[in-house]
Amino acid sequence: MKSSEKYNKNKKRNQILVFSLFRVLNIAVIAILILILFFIFIRGYKTLSWEFITAMPEEGMTKGGIYPAIIGTLCLIGGSIIFAFPLGIFSGIYINEYTKNNWFKRFVSMMTNNLAGIPSIVFGLFGMALFVNTLGFGDSIIAGSLTLGILTLPVIIKTTEEALKSIDDSFRLGSYALGATKLQTIRKVILPIAFPNIITGLILSVGRVSGETAPILFTVAAYFLPKLPSGIFDQVMALPYHLYVISTSGTNITESRPVAYGTALVLIIMILIINLLANGLRMFFKNKVKMN
Amino acid sequence: MKKFFRNTSGKVAESILFLSSTSTSLIIILIVIFLFKEGISLFNEKPVEEGNILVVNKSNPVNELKSSTVKDIFDQNITNWESVTHKKDSIILVRIDDVFNYYTEEEIGSNFENLSTCISDLVAKTPGIIAFIPEKFFNKQSQGKIIKVRKVSIRDFFSGKEWMPTAHPAAQLGILPLLLGTLLVSLGAIIIALPFGLASAIYLAEITDESKRRVIKPLIELLAGIPSVVYGFFGLVVIVPFIQNLFNLSVGETALSGSIVLAIMALPTIITISEDALRTTPRSLKEASLSLGASKWQTIYRVVIPYAKSGITAGIILGIGRAIGETMAVLMVTGNAAVIPHTFLEPVRTIPATIAAELGEAPQGGLHFKALFALGCILFIITLLINLSVQMSANRKTLKK
Repeated sequence: MKSSEKYNKNKKRNQILVFSLFRVLNIAVIAILILILFFIFIRGYKTLSWEFITAMPEEGMTKGGIYPAIIGTLCLIGGSIIFAFPLGIFSGIYINEYTKNNWFKRFVSMMTNNLAGIPSIVFGLFGMALFVNTLGFGDSIIAGSLTLGILTLPVIIKTTEEALKSIDDSFRLGSYALGATKLQTIRKVILPIAFPNIITGLILSVGRVSGETAPILFTVAAYFLPKLPSGIFDQVMALPYHLYVISTSGTNITESRPVAYGTALVLIIMILIINLLANGLRMFFKNKVKMN
Repeated sequence: MKKFFRNTSGKVAESILFLSSTSTSLIIILIVIFLFKEGISLFNEKPVEEGNILVVNKSNPVNELKSSTVKDIFDQNITNWESVTHKKDSIILVRIDDVFNYYTEEEIGSNFENLSTCISDLVAKTPGIIAFIPEKFFNKQSQGKIIKVRKVSIRDFFSGKEWMPTAHPAAQLGILPLLLGTLLVSLGAIIIALPFGLASAIYLAEITDESKRRVIKPLIELLAGIPSVVYGFFGLVVIVPFIQNLFNLSVGETALSGSIVLAIMALPTIITISEDALRTTPRSLKEASLSLGASKWQTIYRVVIPYAKSGITAGIILGIGRAIGETMAVLMVTGNAAVIPHTFLEPVRTIPATIAAELGEAPQGGLHFKALFALGCILFIITLLINLSVQMSANRKTLKK
């Protein structure tokens, strides 16, 4: 009897020990995140001003703003959205609504997963070989946007697929019973229900596009270009590349540090806004569904 | 009529959707074509800069040299022909600039019009010579013999210990240091990330309640959303100086710094996938264990973790895959020295970082350019294998069920 009491005591003690260790490790993970955000905020907020985000870079990028880099990143986001959103959403719809559970579906989802696992620098190489050289776009917004679009394609497909998968079949059957065609069912019934989940995924994929550096290194990014692009075949500066350049290979690394902190902060704020937007929308739609 | 229209529009829509769904497969095929076209053509190239040749005296029995031997000769690590051929004779190195030490400016001519004759003369009268000269200054009737440099072979590519793609006269394309560097940094990252990642996954899936989870999950998502270049920057200004001071190093850009940054970046992958796997454990299994008197921890340890083992492994493997392919952060914090690493406190260079750092300077279509594409191919193959293996095991599991 005594030994079993001891065993139980040990059991309890072990559990408390292990669980608190796990809690500490989990807190450490969150602490790292907060440390990174906090650190960049503290160092960067002094640089951040209206002028910083609306002025051209000056004096070897040690002074002035990052306006062209912001515009460049927005161009790239826009370009990749135009290319990747329709393609990805269509693909997701086809896989979930039209294919049965056969080899084709398995093959396509395997390819999508593989594409998602390819390192971003490989996309950069590919974009350079195909868009910049073979198709002759040169270093341009269109080459960079297409490369980034390809990079986010698997994310968009997966998001759409998951969103559609979660819709109960009764919606589809109900619509068919009323005489609607498959296309009508998808357009009028399925997509509106899946919309909240799809849009959240799309927003998060925009976050990924805005932060990627490796794919744009050789397809679009300009080191220093204090003017705005005039067409899709122009080079642009981009925020992540700008941060990379001024923190490692700029002409004067110490003097451009404040600009680097500022750029990092702008990037982080962008990502924060995107994440908040995605989570906010998720909550908003969840509540709306509940109310209905 | 209306019915016909409905039918055709349905058909058209279906074919558009079908075409879209093949896009990812098409893109992968295109990636393979474009990457491997450049990458494989590397193995048809001679590692000597185009337009230049290596010339020896006709009496010299040597016909072909390995690129690494050429480098040893020109670095004066080999100073006698004895170790290359059987003929004993000390090696005399001549680069194009050295010709001016042997002949006066008048002999060569003010516009170098006699340069090729001078070179022929020099080669003819020096038996131990090896000259690295532009092809246009080589006189075919002279006493010289062009030696071939062996083409880049797959074996040399993988086992070569030196990566000097722009070295003169012969480029050294051994990727062993890059491969080892990549593995070292990635494995280090996983070792660091594993305790944090698994503990967090178990904590989120089994220990904490839903309300805390709802706060923590978006934070993990945010951790995944921070751009790699920001992690690299953070590593550069915080982790690198920290490592430098901690170990009293002359440079803080080391494999360890890279591993720490990569560990932070791999955490979301490991946590999310492992947590999902842990959550698939059927409630009945857990309840059975608890009803037998097992504590919550015993249940987790003996029931939940074994059940989710394959999913957790998938998370870890995908985390490694992410770490191997990560470019910018590693490029910024590891110091990028292309030498075989021996400890975690040395600068290393990974495959993706090499591509990112060097592609901008490599002339298009040249040897260096192709070598970088070959590196891209290797990266592609490694990550493809990782992904396929994870998917295969996942498929097998679903089929079993």
